[in-house]
Amino acid sequence: MNLTLHVWRQAGPDDAGAFETYRAEDISDSMSFLDMLDLVNEDLTRKGKEPIAFEHDCREGICGSCGMMINGVAHGPERLITACQLHMRSFKDGDEIWIEPFRATAFPVMRDLVVDRNSFDRVIQAGGYISVRTGSAQDANATPIPKRDADRAFDAAACIGCGACVAACPNASAMLFTAAKVAHLSYLPQGQAERLERALGMASQHDAEGFGNCTNHGACQEACPKGISVDYIARLNRDVLKGTLNKAVGTPD
Amino acid sequence: MELNARIPDHPIDRMWERHRFDMKLVNPANKRRYQVIVVGTGLAGGAAAATMGELGYQVKAFTFHDSPRRAHSIAAQGGINAAKNYQGDGDSVYRLFYDTVKGGDFRSREANVYRLAELSLNIIDQAVAQGVPFAREYGGLLANRSFGGAQVSRTFYARGQTGQQLLLGAYQALERQVQAGTVQMNVRSEMLDVIVVDGRARGIVTRDLVTGRIEAHMADAVVLGTGGYSNAFFLSTNAMGCNVTATWRAHRRGAGFANPCFTQIHPTCIPQSGEYQGKLTLMSESLRNDGRIWVPKEPGDTRAAAAIPDSERDYYLERLYPSFGNLTPRDIASRRAKEMVDSGHGVGPMRNGVYLDFRDAIQRLGKAAVAERYGNLFQMYEKITGEDPYDVPMRIYPAPHYTMGGLWVDYDLMTTVPGLFAIGEANFSDHGANRLGASALMQGLADGYFIIPLTIGNYLADAPKMDVGVDHPAARDAVREVTDTQERLLAVKGNRTVDSFHQELGRILWDHCGMARTEAGLREALQKIPELRERFWKEVLVPGSGATLNQSLEKAGRVADFLEFAEVMCWDALTRDESCGAHYRVEHTTEEGEAKRDDENFAHGAVWEFKGVGEEPVRHREPLHFEHVPLSQRSYK
Ligand SMILES: Cc1cc2nc3c(=O)[nH]c(=O)nc-3n(C[C@H](O)[C@H](O)[C@H](O)COP(=O)(O)OP(=O)(O)OC[C@H]3O[C@@H](n4cnc5c(N)ncnc54)[C@H](O)[C@@H]3O)c2cc1C
Ligand code: SF4
Ligand code: FES
Repeated sequence: MNLTLHVWRQAGPDDAGAFETYRAEDISDSMSFLDMLDLVNEDLTRKGKEPIAFEHDCREGICGSCGMMINGVAHGPERLITACQLHMRSFKDGDEIWIEPFRATAFPVMRDLVVDRNSFDRVIQAGGYISVRTGSAQDANATPIPKRDADRAFDAAACIGCGACVAACPNASAMLFTAAKVAHLSYLPQGQAERLERALGMASQHDAEGFGNCTNHGACQEACPKGISVDYIARLNRDVLKGTLNKAVGTPD
Repeated sequence: MELNARIPDHPIDRMWERHRFDMKLVNPANKRRYQVIVVGTGLAGGAAAATMGELGYQVKAFTFHDSPRRAHSIAAQGGINAAKNYQGDGDSVYRLFYDTVKGGDFRSREANVYRLAELSLNIIDQAVAQGVPFAREYGGLLANRSFGGAQVSRTFYARGQTGQQLLLGAYQALERQVQAGTVQMNVRSEMLDVIVVDGRARGIVTRDLVTGRIEAHMADAVVLGTGGYSNAFFLSTNAMGCNVTATWRAHRRGAGFANPCFTQIHPTCIPQSGEYQGKLTLMSESLRNDGRIWVPKEPGDTRAAAAIPDSERDYYLERLYPSFGNLTPRDIASRRAKEMVDSGHGVGPMRNGVYLDFRDAIQRLGKAAVAERYGNLFQMYEKITGEDPYDVPMRIYPAPHYTMGGLWVDYDLMTTVPGLFAIGEANFSDHGANRLGASALMQGLADGYFIIPLTIGNYLADAPKMDVGVDHPAARDAVREVTDTQERLLAVKGNRTVDSFHQELGRILWDHCGMARTEAGLREALQKIPELRERFWKEVLVPGSGATLNQSLEKAGRVADFLEFAEVMCWDALTRDESCGAHYRVEHTTEEGEAKRDDENFAHGAVWEFKGVGEEPVRHREPLHFEHVPLSQRSYK
């Protein structure tokens, strides 16, 4: 198939940026979307032009590098996959495809489709862990954890930190990302000691990074390649509220 | 080059404990006076940086990724081994040790492997305490499975995302130390050289991938956890960014490179679908527990799988290895698949795969039970190929996957350059000539959490404290060299893309230094690689400048290093004139067609010394002694 691509090109963070149009020719069904971009890039390079910068690494939907907007949708038209898992059989001959970076104040564009997502790391730094020093752990089977809790923790822990939730959200909120980590650790007995502190710390860092508020659109869940549920956001809000109250009135002994 | 493995003189089962006692300690108040550089923040590097930060060292960590959470470790699917014996099925530290030495086909160091097996216990404890959501049984205890042909169930797993969950555990521990101020995290920062002062590693040179700035960073010791080099083959299951640059640059500065030809080819990957493809996808090995591997008996048979009756199918692994069948070790399963495809029995549009068929499993267990076990893998396969494995057998083919070779290290994980350490897949590790499934995560974490944080103190306590700044001549020279190389790459302005060279190199290595190696083939490769390298430096086209984010330039630097490294890989394969584990020399086969070791002449690690680009490197040996696991021939018939 032959396609027309409109790709966001931006030389650097301070550049205005604009769409440029390229042809992608002889594209086969079995190619992945990123294989297709590779091909376009090879062609651009041979013409002495700079190829389109985009992030990718694992190419199997797990590292969270490859976020981009494809026809206005984070990670493209298919549900529950990342851009690297999208295959060209989802498109047809003659299609026009618009490709843009994830856009959010807290994700500044660095070049073309590459954005800076280190705000996510700083949200994790604000409490997204269990404070356990190496070597100080008890035997792994000392505390049985009901399978249901372990499974729930896993579902939340599946987040790959891609940022699609932010890109899809009309408020550019990262509450789904933040809530997923808070939920993962709060379903586990090991995570209880720091539970409320964690929720408070991460939520306040979330706001400090310039992510927007959650107004319950649910666009994040739609866009999330790992099917992270918006229910975690309610759970996060409860913990934040509890933490705030505890702080205000002091914890009863 | 002096190779002293410094194996402590204690009985193997008390060795690590006694060594910990013997090692010198840095007193707690002094630790913050020491700076340690950790390059790479995957499982090994992330765990090391976090733990050394906890201990009080000043850690400077570097990754070329935008975040430590993106490291290639994230992609590990199957699981992590540990000798917990939670299943009560007869496992023990000794058994894991034994299996690993034997599985590595007797080309690893017993002392290190024993310690690895011991530390496997602590890893699981540590991970669970961090909140890693391993699979559990209904009673709430941890679940295990048997993996990669092991006779006991010792593999811990987190659905098909074990690497992801373990890496997130290490990443979170690391970010906690960043918050605490003990670790300074440098992302999008690629190490391009090691700085050696008076024979000791004292720093690194990095390029900031955003601004292009090239600068030196100094420290009292340098730890490399920069992963493996499977991408030398261009097509592999590794993430696109995996490369040899850090270890190769260290090698050029004097670190011995051990067993570079020990590369593992994984049998169950999705076959290439076209020339354009840049990466192959691994399908979990667990599929071989229930899938049956076959090809049409008739070469060139193009009928659909369903139209080929059982009598015209060759279930070749079951035929050749009646007792292990579809679960033969990775190297054997891979080699046999290649033979089938090479002899015209390949299936699929490009005739480049073999079938992995679940028809019988579905009949036996029902579709629901198969879906329960493999549902997500089937889905992933369908997304990629557009074929539904419930109806049409999967197609698989081997692909480069893991590299057992790496920087030579002693018992303390120090390379031949004092003060330079290597951990995780970057060292030549504990896997000998063949790594067992679910053992890489274990090794990376043992190195990172439990070994290096202690052994580094043993080095630092003794090392002369020198004040070497970034203006030291050695640092300035290294910065200048890196800058020159980069300018040369940009200045070629030829007419061929970096990828086209990488692809060509990959083809040479795959053909001649891949699953089956011959003397003639290796000699041919040793002729072709320097020619290709020469053309690279004349014809490569790297657009853009060095002062911005420039992915072509990043790739060009990595491919330039692969083009140098590939030669030593072939030298190693050529001079190891035996077959062992994943290294299969066609000239050395048993009557049954299996790898034939030559213990008399090759029971050693081969350690290479750099002599200049294009110069023949010098081969040294570390003799290996097998006092606990008697040398024996593997047999899977
Ligand atoms: C698809 C797949 C599945 C696997 N499944 C399993 C499994 O089930 N069980 C198992 O035990 N093993 C498995 N393995 C193997 C295992 O995942 C790896 O061996 C292991 O994760 C390597 O960890 P590492 O920390 O050594 O390196 P990596 O995770 O590769 O990390 C390397 C780090 O170094 C950095 N880096 C590299 N070079 C530079 C440089 N020049 N400058 C700065 N930074 C640099 C990178 O940014 C990264 O942070 C699998 C491998 C693959 C490919
Ligand atoms: S919650 Fe989903 S969309 Fe958001 S970062 Fe995590 S995986 Fe990506
Ligand atoms: S490249 Fe890793 S998730 Fe897409």
